[in-house]
Amino acid sequence: MTARDTDWDGVRLHVVTGKGGTGKTTVAAALALALAHAGRKVLLIEAEGRQGIARLFDRPPLPYEERKIAIGPGEADDGRDPGGDVYALAIDPEGALLDYLQMFYNMRGIGNALTKLGMVDFATTIAPGLSDVLITGKATEATRRKQPGSPSGFAYDAVVLDAPPTGRVGRFLNVSAEVSGLAKVGPVRSHADSVANVIKSPQTAVHFVCTLEEMPVQETLDGIAELRSIEGMQVGGIMINMAPPAVLSRQALKDLPEAAAMAEALTAAGLHSTEELAEELAEELSGHARHVELAERERTELEAAGQPLYELPLIIEGIDLAALHRLAAELRDQGAA
Amino acid sequence: MSANANWTNPQLDIDRIIDDRRTRIIVCCGSGGVGKTTTAAAIGLRAAERGRQVCVLTVDPARRLAQSMGLSSLDNTPRLVEGIDDEAGGSLHAMMLDMKRTFDEIVEAHSDPARAAQILANPFYQSLSSSFSGTQEYMAMEKLGQLRRSDEWDLIVVDTPPSRSALDFLDAPERLGRFLDGRLIRLLTSPVKAGRPFGRMLNAGFSMMTGAMTKVLGAQVLRDAQTFITAFDTMFGGFRERAEATYKLLQAPGTSFLVVATPQPDALREASYFVERLAEERMPLAGLLLNRVHSAGSCRLSAARSQAAAETLETMSPNGPVAAALSGDYSVTVQTATAAALRLHASRMNLGERERRVAGSFMSTHPAVPVVEVPALPEDVHDLAGLRRVGESFAVQG
Repeated sequence: MTARDTDWDGVRLHVVTGKGGTGKTTVAAALALALAHAGRKVLLIEAEGRQGIARLFDRPPLPYEERKIAIGPGEADDGRDPGGDVYALAIDPEGALLDYLQMFYNMRGIGNALTKLGMVDFATTIAPGLSDVLITGKATEATRRKQPGSPSGFAYDAVVLDAPPTGRVGRFLNVSAEVSGLAKVGPVRSHADSVANVIKSPQTAVHFVCTLEEMPVQETLDGIAELRSIEGMQVGGIMINMAPPAVLSRQALKDLPEAAAMAEALTAAGLHSTEELAEELAEELSGHARHVELAERERTELEAAGQPLYELPLIIEGIDLAALHRLAAELRDQGAA
Repeated sequence: MSANANWTNPQLDIDRIIDDRRTRIIVCCGSGGVGKTTTAAAIGLRAAERGRQVCVLTVDPARRLAQSMGLSSLDNTPRLVEGIDDEAGGSLHAMMLDMKRTFDEIVEAHSDPARAAQILANPFYQSLSSSFSGTQEYMAMEKLGQLRRSDEWDLIVVDTPPSRSALDFLDAPERLGRFLDGRLIRLLTSPVKAGRPFGRMLNAGFSMMTGAMTKVLGAQVLRDAQTFITAFDTMFGGFRERAEATYKLLQAPGTSFLVVATPQPDALREASYFVERLAEERMPLAGLLLNRVHSAGSCRLSAARSQAAAETLETMSPNGPVAAALSGDYSVTVQTATAAALRLHASRMNLGERERRVAGSFMSTHPAVPVVEVPALPEDVHDLAGLRRVGESFAVQG
């Protein structure tokens, strides 16, 4: 199963956004792992300087440097899939600026001087749009980077960008609009335009991480509407994270037994003081039924957006490398990668 | 509270803080998605119903929560919230921050109309005033300062912006100051002031620098930036003064910082950083509100025993002797449902256990920080009744 269809064939830059607290960075990392199979090389980029990726993979803080941090899973049952590689890069506006100067003007020394002069403060304080252009610029550069001799001809088969939260992602990605107010002509403007050519193309998809709660769902729907209003932007999948477990069918949850009947079953299972226990368990179960019902309502809202939905379980033990692999396997099984 | 058994942090008594008339400002801070806005609104409502004249300042336009307080538009003015219990003589106002509006008002207040118009029309100003990073933090603090100075309310509750780092707002005044004093600003403004763009003080270093900047940014961008900074120059001093005044206000004894976190590693890491940072800045910390805790409830059945009982029930043959002991045609359904309830209980206990472990590492690092736990709610809050219930859960129990 080395060549199979996924929902996002042809997409090379996966942008992952989500409301704070929904597990955006975790899902981005799981997606990168899921994409790293069959010898593919994937770059996972962190845009907000929080070193969340290093922590997820249990590594020391990442420098501004593309570094291998994990090996993607092979297909165990066929043995012909050797797995792939995940590289990681933590971008900060300062590093991206120096990179930009080096790449386009071959003047890193001047870049250093500009940094000392407060050029980065300049970029982030007076024109935050410029710092977004530098970060998306680095992500699109890695996406387009050629490497003669690699099977695809590209340095990376896919790039996953852990982007700013949903509330900011429209501005973050709509770089040419953001910069056009500032620079009508000139090198920054043409740089922004070339970044936009990648972001507003079928090779980029923007995925939304969401939990089945009202506010994250509302933000996701607002975010999708915002991106759809930007011409050329491709909305990707909705990754439902931390979904409530399905302990009973929906039908069974609607028709829960009385506590007294449950008490009999508990006695049968060898437990004591079952009446009190049954009351408490019945209460927990009906609370769960209510929770599932609310989650279903939110899922219906998300379905209305018409994008593919993927569902990832809540991992009670917490997120470690094993959990990331489990989430990656879910994403692969559901066709997201 | 039984969940507190593993540590000895003092109990955070929010009612005592809001009942203390000397408390004039409560700042809710924490990383994104931990429930800061709801917490701020619930504290505001509770304080108002206990007799305070309260204004809640929110920066997060969560529509449904805003609607629950009767706020539908972003108009940057405190609005009276109807429908609260005013028996104790309190009142509740609420407003949402309009960052650009607030910025525009400062510009208008600090310069003559002609210069204000020039600044407002500048593309750099427009980018700066409507972007989300940095400016929002600064404007939230500016608005807080304005509300406090107006003295119309005796308690202001504010939630901080959902910035990438929850601490950005503390840095905003200093960052602005550093930027305004920066050499880059002087580099950018001096040629214009001298009336000869890029002229005069062109020693080799400077000419190389402006040359490089022109190459990177384009001459037009540089010109706009120069025009903007020159126009802005006259009001810089005023800006810095206000920033410093607000910073001092945050250090004053009438201010209480409430750090909000969920029992997740990321949120508590931010909370930990925040607690340390507040101490460094000598900002008064009230304590930690540990939000959305899955408590074990009154049920003492352990995860392991619950799991084992679920397995016993699931492996029973529907026709076996034990199943026969169950009455009626529902036996299989009851058996399945009870097993499901036991599994659910086991995972709930495991989740609670993990949350206590995660929270425990915060507690042992900061044993003196008062803590209050707020249980997870099944539903988001939609109305005042919901906010009131959240507020009731702040009350110290037992």
